[in-house]
Amino acid sequence: MKKNNVILQTTAKVTFFIIFLFSIHIFFAGHFAPGGGFVGGLLTTGAIVLLLLAFDLETVQATLPFNFTVVIGIGLLLSLGTAAGSILFNVPFFTHAFAHFDLPLFGDTELHTAMIFDSGVYLVVVGAAITIIQSIGGDE
Amino acid sequence: MEFVWLIFLPALAALFIPTLFRRVAGIHTGWFVLIIPVVLFVYYSTYVPLTASGEHAVSSFDWIPSLGISFVSYLDGLSLLFTLLITGIGALVVLYSIFYLDRHKEKLGNFYVYLLLFMTAMLGVVQSDNIISLYLFWELTSISSFLLIGYWYTRDGSRFGALKSMMITVGGGLMMLGGFVILGILGDTYSIRELISGLSDYSGDPLFTLAAVLLLFGAFTKSAQFPFYIWLPDAMEAPTPVSAYLHSATMVKAGLYLVARFTPIFAGSSVWIWLVSGIGLLTLMWGSFFAVKQTDLKGILAFSTVSQLGLIMSLLGAGAIAYHSDDTLFRLAMFAAIFHLVNHAVFKGSLFMIAGIVDHETGTRDIRKLGGLMSVMPISFTVAFIGGLSMAGIPPFGGFLSKELFLESMVALKHFELFNFDTWGILFPVIAWIASVFTFVYSFYFVFKTFTGEKKFDKLPLKPHEAPIGMLISPIILAVSVIALFFIPNVVGKWLVAPAVMAAQPQLYSMPSEAAVPVHAWHGITSVPMWLTVGVIVIGTLLFTSIKKWQPVYGLQPEKLSLNALYDGVMTFSEKGMNKLSRFYMNGLIRTYLLYMFSFFSVMTIVVLFAKGAFELDMNSLSPITLFAVLNSIVAILGTGMVIMSKNRISAIIALGAVGYSVALFFVLFKAPDLALTQLVIETISVALFLLAFRHLPALKTHGETKKNKVVNGIIAGGVGLSVTLVALSAHSNKLVASISQFYKDTVHTEAGGGNIVNVILVDYRGFDTLFEIAVLSIAGIAVLGMIRLRLSRKESDDEKE
Repeated sequence: MKKNNVILQTTAKVTFFIIFLFSIHIFFAGHFAPGGGFVGGLLTTGAIVLLLLAFDLETVQATLPFNFTVVIGIGLLLSLGTAAGSILFNVPFFTHAFAHFDLPLFGDTELHTAMIFDSGVYLVVVGAAITIIQSIGGDE
Repeated sequence: MEFVWLIFLPALAALFIPTLFRRVAGIHTGWFVLIIPVVLFVYYSTYVPLTASGEHAVSSFDWIPSLGISFVSYLDGLSLLFTLLITGIGALVVLYSIFYLDRHKEKLGNFYVYLLLFMTAMLGVVQSDNIISLYLFWELTSISSFLLIGYWYTRDGSRFGALKSMMITVGGGLMMLGGFVILGILGDTYSIRELISGLSDYSGDPLFTLAAVLLLFGAFTKSAQFPFYIWLPDAMEAPTPVSAYLHSATMVKAGLYLVARFTPIFAGSSVWIWLVSGIGLLTLMWGSFFAVKQTDLKGILAFSTVSQLGLIMSLLGAGAIAYHSDDTLFRLAMFAAIFHLVNHAVFKGSLFMIAGIVDHETGTRDIRKLGGLMSVMPISFTVAFIGGLSMAGIPPFGGFLSKELFLESMVALKHFELFNFDTWGILFPVIAWIASVFTFVYSFYFVFKTFTGEKKFDKLPLKPHEAPIGMLISPIILAVSVIALFFIPNVVGKWLVAPAVMAAQPQLYSMPSEAAVPVHAWHGITSVPMWLTVGVIVIGTLLFTSIKKWQPVYGLQPEKLSLNALYDGVMTFSEKGMNKLSRFYMNGLIRTYLLYMFSFFSVMTIVVLFAKGAFELDMNSLSPITLFAVLNSIVAILGTGMVIMSKNRISAIIALGAVGYSVALFFVLFKAPDLALTQLVIETISVALFLLAFRHLPALKTHGETKKNKVVNGIIAGGVGLSVTLVALSAHSNKLVASISQFYKDTVHTEAGGGNIVNVILVDYRGFDTLFEIAVLSIAGIAVLGMIRLRLSRKESDDEKE
């Protein structure tokens, strides 16, 4: 498919960042408004898929030089670690903790261990989806 | 100190073995391993005075308190005796293995990890007071034995023997678990001590006998009793140190331990007494008779082990009789059993080590090729001579004493008047005596065929010479112990055997000294066992010298009728039968499998819905139908129709996407922003994924579908649609329990510190689900990668071949 996709490529370059930033927003909004790690991860995947459609596999791999199987591992470890970490404080497995802090710029912010767990979910979703797409798409 | 942790010391040490093996190349890994059993042996020895005074020590750690499962290290006479055997013989075996296994050629890392794992498992079996953890350790011994038998896994025989032992012992172990569970339910506890003390409450239960029989399945398979013994000869494929350790001195004795440990519970049952003593005696006879047939040195020892285990088993059965009679005559049996168990571990260990030395130095274990080794291997011969004569029951060696006690106990059985023993009891001394004759013959066969007679050195693969001194240390220590046991039997009896007897018969004795039986080598000219021994020696010598004339008798049994053929037959039959059965419905087509699943699903759902009267339609609580919803449904239905009708894949993919988006719009309509958002993104990505994958797919074909197929498929598809609709409608109309939504609304701010219930459910309320889901997603991702990469690399290697 050697075609000139100037319009698609140019828009994709801009749209990628918009979708990506939106996915980050969705991810952080999760605990109080619609969103969360799963949707956030899927949106990021969508952004990358857009790049894949506009460019080809090699270009995207060169632009985002991550090993996405490692991303899966990191995500899974993060989630499992959050869940298992509660054992160290002598509370049952998977007990979350949260507290309010007064952070500069953000003001009164709630920090929640569920956020760490959710970021694990985010990473696993991105890693697994991109791994599947890359391996199927790269299979000649 | 909580000594329950010491059980796990070997397994913990095993963690470091692979690193030591790889990093410290200059020193044989065995030297590091040796420290563990030596330290444990010394430590546990300090408990001997305690148990000799009739006391016991307990240390425990709760594992799953809610289920009543804990690790308990319960040291009384019986468990301490086994513990000392495990660590003592273990130390000698490790020392021996250092010289037996070559540091450069063998995978010592694997070997010692398995061996240490076994040590932990075995310590756990004999020290556990909790039957569930006992069962776990029990199966762990089977697994480590499997790994050790299959240590040289490139050999067919090793793999076959490993699998056979695993099949039989784990099968028996599962039966035993059934027995344990029944006992646990009857006695309402998993603790052996509590089971014993509460015995009168449940011993009349009809399931009690079933529990006894199931338990014996475990004991008989593990201790290689007839007809389960067939795995033991095949287990001889393991390296000889393993055979000496697992398959003669320790693991196969776990079954004996179990029987002794549960004697206080089951001794009242006549089934127990008949099975244990009867099967034991049959095994003794069978094993000793067929030992002479063997041509492999280790094969002879394997059958002799089978037969000796049968001997001890029959004594344990006779020991249970002591509960039914006050006659001190019957109290002898349990003492004889434990004493012979010690003797057997010592002399059989030394004999196995000698068999290993002969194998190592001559290159063969075939007794037909061996002969006259005495002149080149004098030390080995001496050790074999001592061990062999002890096994045959000849003075002045330890085996003689326990053999006499055995004969005496068997003769005593004919005086027992319960359970038909007064009519059948006479069989016991007769069979015992015949078996003793064959024991004598195979002992001599083993020792003298190998070390005396014609020298045939030129036929041997290696030039024979005496083993290095390091390899001889362990057998020499054992041989010295064999002689020592003859001269100080009462010391051993007082400190080790009597406390163990008391532990096995706690209701009969209050002090170990009451259980001790004075052992004498000389019983006077009128004693029956003495004349029986003389008879054994006379007839045995006659048989041994004429062995060539009657050995062909063994050829009479056709191979097809043997137990091994039965095992092979069952294995092949179940493998082939299962294959046929699964081939019958697994034809490799996903369409067929989906047909099974969907038709089963829809039939089950619809039948249950109407049979249970669960279907209900509440028209009042339904939402009003808006124009938007109508239009959206039309889009969804049109899209679905297009997926079915379309003639090429790309239009089907796009139509499917349209269906997905319209479903997302429904979510918007019903005010579920999270679901709508997720559905939209998922639809986008899956369409992209389909587009990526679709160029690999073949063009749409009909796959030879007939009209009939299409009708069947249509009916099933309709059924699935119908059942899902019905379930959805009933679920909406039929609220049996209050909705959980209110709980979420009440607690989402206070307990979970969040505002979006959907997301809080995902990460907090039902975090487990999410955790497992992402685990599944990871597995799926890596599996796709693996499948595609694997296929690619195979393709490449095929290309290279061409």
